[in-house]
Amino acid sequence: MSTFPWLLAMIVVPVVGSAVVAALPRGRDHLARQLALGTSIVVLVLAVLATVAFDTGGERFQLTTSVAWIPDFGVSFALGVDGIALVMLLLIGVLVPVVLLASWRDPMPARRSMRTYVAWLLLLEAMMVGVFVATDVFLFYVFFEAMLVPMYFLIGSFGGPRRQYAAMKFFLYSLFGGLVMLAAVIGLYVVSNSQLGEGTFAFDALRQLDIDPGVQKLLFLGFFLAFAIKAPLVPFHTWLPDSGAEAPIGSAVLLVGVLDKVGTFGFLRYCLPLFPDAARDLAPWVLVLAVVGILYAALLAMGQSDMKRLVSYTSIAHFGFIALGIFAFTTEAATGAVLYMVNHGIATGLLFLIVGMLIARGGSRQVRDYGGVAAKAPVLAGVFLIAALATLALPGTNSFVSEFMVLIGSFPTRPVFTILATVGIVLAALYILLMYQRTMHGPPRGVLLENDAPASDADPAPDADPVPGGSGAGGATAVLDAPAPAATRTLRVRDLDRRELAVVAPLVALVLVLGFYPQPLIELVTPAVEATMSDVGADPDGTTPSAGQPTADRKGND
Amino acid sequence: MGAIEAPDLSLAALTPLLFVFGAAAVGVLVEAFAPRDSRHPVQVVIALVGMVGAFVSTLLLAGTREVTAAGALAVDGAALFLQATIAGLGALSVLLFAERSLDPARSAFVASAAVPAGSARDAELATSEHVQTEIYPLASFAVAGMMLFTAANDLLVMFIALEVLSLPLYLMAGMARRRRLLSQEAAVKYFLLGAFASAFFLYGLALVYGATGSVRLSEIREAVSVSGTGGLLVLGLGLLIVGLMFKASVAPFHTWTPDVYQGAPTAVTAFMGAATKVAAFGAILRLLYVAFGTADWTWRPLVYGLAIVSMLVGAVLGLTQTDVKRMLAYSSIAHAGFLLTGVIGLGPGGTGSGLSATMFYLLAYGLTTLGAFAVVTLVREGDGEATHLSQWAGLAQRSPLTAALMTFFLLALAGIPLTSGFTGKFAVFRAAIEDGAWPLVVVAVLASAIAAFFYLRLVVLMYFSDAAPDGPTVGVAGLPTTTVLAVTAAATLVLGVVPGAVLDIAESAAVLVG
Repeated sequence: MSTFPWLLAMIVVPVVGSAVVAALPRGRDHLARQLALGTSIVVLVLAVLATVAFDTGGERFQLTTSVAWIPDFGVSFALGVDGIALVMLLLIGVLVPVVLLASWRDPMPARRSMRTYVAWLLLLEAMMVGVFVATDVFLFYVFFEAMLVPMYFLIGSFGGPRRQYAAMKFFLYSLFGGLVMLAAVIGLYVVSNSQLGEGTFAFDALRQLDIDPGVQKLLFLGFFLAFAIKAPLVPFHTWLPDSGAEAPIGSAVLLVGVLDKVGTFGFLRYCLPLFPDAARDLAPWVLVLAVVGILYAALLAMGQSDMKRLVSYTSIAHFGFIALGIFAFTTEAATGAVLYMVNHGIATGLLFLIVGMLIARGGSRQVRDYGGVAAKAPVLAGVFLIAALATLALPGTNSFVSEFMVLIGSFPTRPVFTILATVGIVLAALYILLMYQRTMHGPPRGVLLENDAPASDADPAPDADPVPGGSGAGGATAVLDAPAPAATRTLRVRDLDRRELAVVAPLVALVLVLGFYPQPLIELVTPAVEATMSDVGADPDGTTPSAGQPTADRKGND
Repeated sequence: MGAIEAPDLSLAALTPLLFVFGAAAVGVLVEAFAPRDSRHPVQVVIALVGMVGAFVSTLLLAGTREVTAAGALAVDGAALFLQATIAGLGALSVLLFAERSLDPARSAFVASAAVPAGSARDAELATSEHVQTEIYPLASFAVAGMMLFTAANDLLVMFIALEVLSLPLYLMAGMARRRRLLSQEAAVKYFLLGAFASAFFLYGLALVYGATGSVRLSEIREAVSVSGTGGLLVLGLGLLIVGLMFKASVAPFHTWTPDVYQGAPTAVTAFMGAATKVAAFGAILRLLYVAFGTADWTWRPLVYGLAIVSMLVGAVLGLTQTDVKRMLAYSSIAHAGFLLTGVIGLGPGGTGSGLSATMFYLLAYGLTTLGAFAVVTLVREGDGEATHLSQWAGLAQRSPLTAALMTFFLLALAGIPLTSGFTGKFAVFRAAIEDGAWPLVVVAVLASAIAAFFYLRLVVLMYFSDAAPDGPTVGVAGLPTTTVLAVTAAATLVLGVVPGAVLDIAESAAVLVG
């Protein structure tokens, strides 16, 4: 069984599923949904089996398969995982079925079918798996760019009122970053050609190169730009709030939960091991971006009136924490960062989903259109609270473990940055709890009052568009099922139904389980993180890896 | 300078050229003598036999490396690869010309080109199903000229080939059945500017001859390495480059491109966009690598600058276009810049991968462009084609397959992985970076990102906008156009997913003799 190509299967299964679903005749939407859910569960099972087959004490890359693909360019179709990639696969495996189930009854825009939607989602899943399991830089690049196409169509065809703008912005930002990376990828190839005698893209071979510091900086910046746009770090972040707000909820979950992690994953997998000198030299600058991002995005999040945009901004702040953990160059901080990547996917995914369920009930994305929901829909409010607390990293939730590890791991090497980042925790409590309080407690407001509803439609907010194209707009009339009463009478809000409970239950469980017992994950990722840290020449005991330290036996690092 | 000798002529090596020239000559005779009713099928068959014959014979000749016809022609890997590309693209274009089910008058070409546009007779003929068939011999001559162009080992032969390929194109550009004035304007513009470019080329030729005493590429190279380069020679080379860049629609010699692409019948635009570019770059590669490969400092800065200007002009001006054909014209200008990026990658002593990369790019780009224009012929409004961008809104709802094909071609033009466009881009960028030209590649990357915007805008229109109620219809393609679409789409996919075999061929064909 150990020779079974788990990783290849995880790419092939969703591709086949996507093709089958797309080929279904018109009107078989229900069958499409079921097939897609089945496919995604198969992928989840494969991910779990791959984890079982993975030996934490073994080689750095396991479950490898490699076939020559384009020999003229020295490209192989080489797959393999380390612990970091593996936990991302598990995250993908969990999130995709959840997202499919959450999108079960999403109202589709005119002339678009659920069939197309789930077909794109499955294709996206295949690309996401590919990007994490590629061990050939060229192959990684191919998946990195190809991943854009399904997401582009998901946002553009099924998104909110400003979907065209959001889809275009998403694609162009990512494509631009990707193309700059392409130049760096080719540069890396040329260096390998001159040093090894033949050009290669194999990660393990490239890691051995001894690249001139000046060249290294350029190449590092090429990769870094792509990942900083993807992650995204301030100031390359402006596409995310638009995409996050306009994408249908399911896609938004995958966008911030997994797609953006490719950026932070890229820092760990490519920027640090391939360009250790440059990474050490430029780390302070990256940390500045990270900390500025934590604070700036938190302030912006507080200012948002649109819940989906608010959640998008919280993610930007969290990506700042992840970048801080990665570029602090200690094993503990980097392990925390990897856990953060997983936990953020779970916590923010849950928050996005529950916000989406709220929007599906009220038909508006504005915070001010809701109030006092908790009294009408206690389960929804309870799950919202769990998601909110997990997002602000309350002890006992999964995010706490990772955030804490990042902070204590970063403190020994980068005390100033760490202290500044800690302020972000306070801000996180503010923006999340304010949103929770305004929407869930207090007197009924907005859509809950019949005479006001929908209160904000007169204002120029994008949600005001009456076209049933918005991801959340369609459910409004269905759920406000009170008979026409006196003007001040409040409306009933449907609580979570069984399907919605099934959507949130696994994520709530993960929030709690990983909050109390994160050890298995930590054991899974630690060897990979340690290997990365030794590539970059960091001292695991946590002294500042200053330029020109003994482990970096090269000159010119100032 | 002794007694006159018969020139050595390797007929075998010239088979591809003979096929197409033969088809063209026979086509003219058929035009003169065959009865009108039977001309169309006969002409199509003759043109196809010529081009497919040429294509097959280039494949059979693979591996030939010789200089023949008294040193005037070089039949080598590069020539054969590009000749095969041109012949293949030519055959596909002929299929597009032969499409009879799209236009209500059963042909996209004017019934009688000599009748003044707008006259009473013209109105009468507009709906007439009678078709002229001179387009086929003209296309054969153009293809023959292009194939000769890529094999010319002598500046004079190169000039003659330039004229043989250009003159039919000028005529073909003016033969649209719909919007005839636009088409005729395009033809006149193309002719006037093309004549200028030819004059530049001829002047450059004279100067180079003055400086080196020869028009033979190999002798120019020897003269350059023996006696160095003087002002006269560099000036001459500059003028030659101007003439060639004009044909390749490299900015700033591109001004004819949008107008001609827009005005010409779309099938002809497809042919020009795909095959002319291959031919022009074939000549550029041969001139620069064979004659001036040892003195690359004479052209490198110039080509470097032209590449940057062309990429940026194409990408930036493409943003403002509202017509699909003009947009693709600017795309072709940008791609000319990317191709020049590959030309830069000559490498020290000609060891770089620039030649094979550029040849692969030409093949990939030619097929994709041909496919994109073939899709444009399908989207129709009233009697003519609907080329305004706004008319493409919501096309995906009307015809998902057409929209999907166009999207695929546009993604290939934008260079998204798993399409031929990406493989090509990767190859030329690699060649340039290997040669140390990474700043050029950074500009190219920027230009790609800008250009992606206008490709994607069309995708946005087709997929994410709602169709206007009185929008265009999508014609049902006949067998010829369907064949073209299938071949080009399959090639775009295969060259993107498993390009290994073709890259190998390009690699082994990257030989220039002479």
